Amino acid sequence: MMTSFTESLTTALQLVSALDSTLVTIVARSLGVSALACALACGVGLPLGAWLGVARFPGRALVLTFLNTLLAVPSVVVGLVVYLLLSSSGPLGSLGWLFSFKAMVFAQSLLVLPVVTALTRQVVEDAANHHGEQLQSLGAGTLLRAGLLASDERYALLTVVIAAFGRAISEVGAVMIVGGNIEGFTRVMTTAIALETSKGDLPLALGLGMILLSVVLVLNALIALIRLWREQEPVGCAAPPGLEMRT
Amino acid sequence: MRGAARTRDAHLKPAVSTPQPPVFRLARAGVVFGRVPPLNALAEVSLAVHAGERIALIGANGCGKSTLLRLLHGLLMPSVGEVWRAPRVAHAMVFQRPHMLRTSALNNVAMGPWLRGVRWREAKALALAALQRVGLEGLGQRPASKLSSGQQQRLALARACALSPQVLFLDEPTSSLDPHAKREVEALVQQLAREDPYLTLVFASHNLGQVKRLASRVIYLEQGRVLADLSVADFFSGQLLQTHYGQAHLFVKGEFV
Ligand SMILES: Nc1ncnc2c1ncn2[C@@H]1O[C@H](COP(=O)(O)OP(=O)(O)OP(=O)(O)O)[C@@H](O)[C@H]1O
Ligand SMILES: [Mg+2]
Repeated sequence: MMTSFTESLTTALQLVSALDSTLVTIVARSLGVSALACALACGVGLPLGAWLGVARFPGRALVLTFLNTLLAVPSVVVGLVVYLLLSSSGPLGSLGWLFSFKAMVFAQSLLVLPVVTALTRQVVEDAANHHGEQLQSLGAGTLLRAGLLASDERYALLTVVIAAFGRAISEVGAVMIVGGNIEGFTRVMTTAIALETSKGDLPLALGLGMILLSVVLVLNALIALIRLWREQEPVGCAAPPGLEMRT
Repeated sequence: MRGAARTRDAHLKPAVSTPQPPVFRLARAGVVFGRVPPLNALAEVSLAVHAGERIALIGANGCGKSTLLRLLHGLLMPSVGEVWRAPRVAHAMVFQRPHMLRTSALNNVAMGPWLRGVRWREAKALALAALQRVGLEGLGQRPASKLSSGQQQRLALARACALSPQVLFLDEPTSSLDPHAKREVEALVQQLAREDPYLTLVFASHNLGQVKRLASRVIYLEQGRVLADLSVADFFSGQLLQTHYGQAHLFVKGEFV
């Protein structure tokens, strides 16, 4: 057993260092799906979260409870929901997206949207409690306050984006269900690891595992670096977003 | 009482002698925070603020000074009673701990006019002029949060000035500063007041010396209620306070012990 593990590890290292083409495609696909999903989720989640952090409306507590519940939804459930939506009899069946790259992006976007929204809401709300009133005093309404606070907290929000990407790239349930783990088509790192391990092809699984681990490590190192850098009060001199638009 | 506040000694800085129209009026206004238990941060406050007055709000920690400033400035809605503001009166506020956005000092100041609809280029010109008034024109391109707290407080003053306010609210503007920065900021406020005799100042302060130097009228608060509202001369004359405003008298005496 021990020898087979060491052998597998050696083969795995060879696969990684030789940039084995199967391995490279899988890694590239994984990164592509998760990056796109993360970008889409951020496109919606960052503004929505920022707005939720500042706006006060009846039923807000309910919305936040719902949002926090969504955070805890397991990826297989998201996968199942997206599967039902995209299946030929589902409301989005006519798109023909099931078992495709698009389906995986869609599922992962839905999965990380609550993460981005909830974390952004927290960051912006803390900032608003601290100095939102000063912006209000200058004349900033809810939307502008949300935008200004979010742009002021850009470093904190960068860590939110990275955390969301980490969640997307390391999940397996959703992509497995809606992608189908089709070789050369929808196979990504996590689904490949699951499959190769069950097949007993440990070198490929281990190789992918090491890459996934290093991706996650790099992401966490990035977050740590940003935190460290923020503690030294980094300051940009750029105008806040949108300021030039009025000139 | 207000009549007394309007007749000022010649040496006092505020310099409007003819009666001015009110810019703010509170009628039995109250602010309640929380529900269980409700906290009356302000209760039954009735007062009028006239153009050109320099009003000091004094009282112990938690007596409601900041709450009154926020209510007048419109950051808070009254829970009971009424707040009336004269139409088209621009007002700005300087906070106890000003927060600057992560951008240059100049951009921070230009933000105010821009948020009130001025084009960015013109807002920057206004900001530059405001920075000159507070003597920070050389630091405009520096990141605002890299400035010292005294400089940041002056920057906050510039940020307020860039809005060309007719009423300036100051919430303990010097309480977190060292003596030197304190004098600088106070001198700036005095200069602003001298330049525009119609500038209305409403400021909270724990520094009775500063109150004497800047105020024409003193409002003493205790647990959210106005217990004395007098001209600065009457307030510090001693006798009047002792006979009619016992609590305010104790507070003032306590400050000097
Ligand atoms: N947002 C808030 N929520 C709940 N209670 C508040 C809030 N703001 C102020 N209070 C309470 O209202 C009361 C008055 O507070 P306020 O800040 O106006 O006092 P202050 O006179 O400015 O005190 P200080 O001299 O310490 O600045 C205090 O008891 C305070 O705890
Ligand atoms: Mg206060």
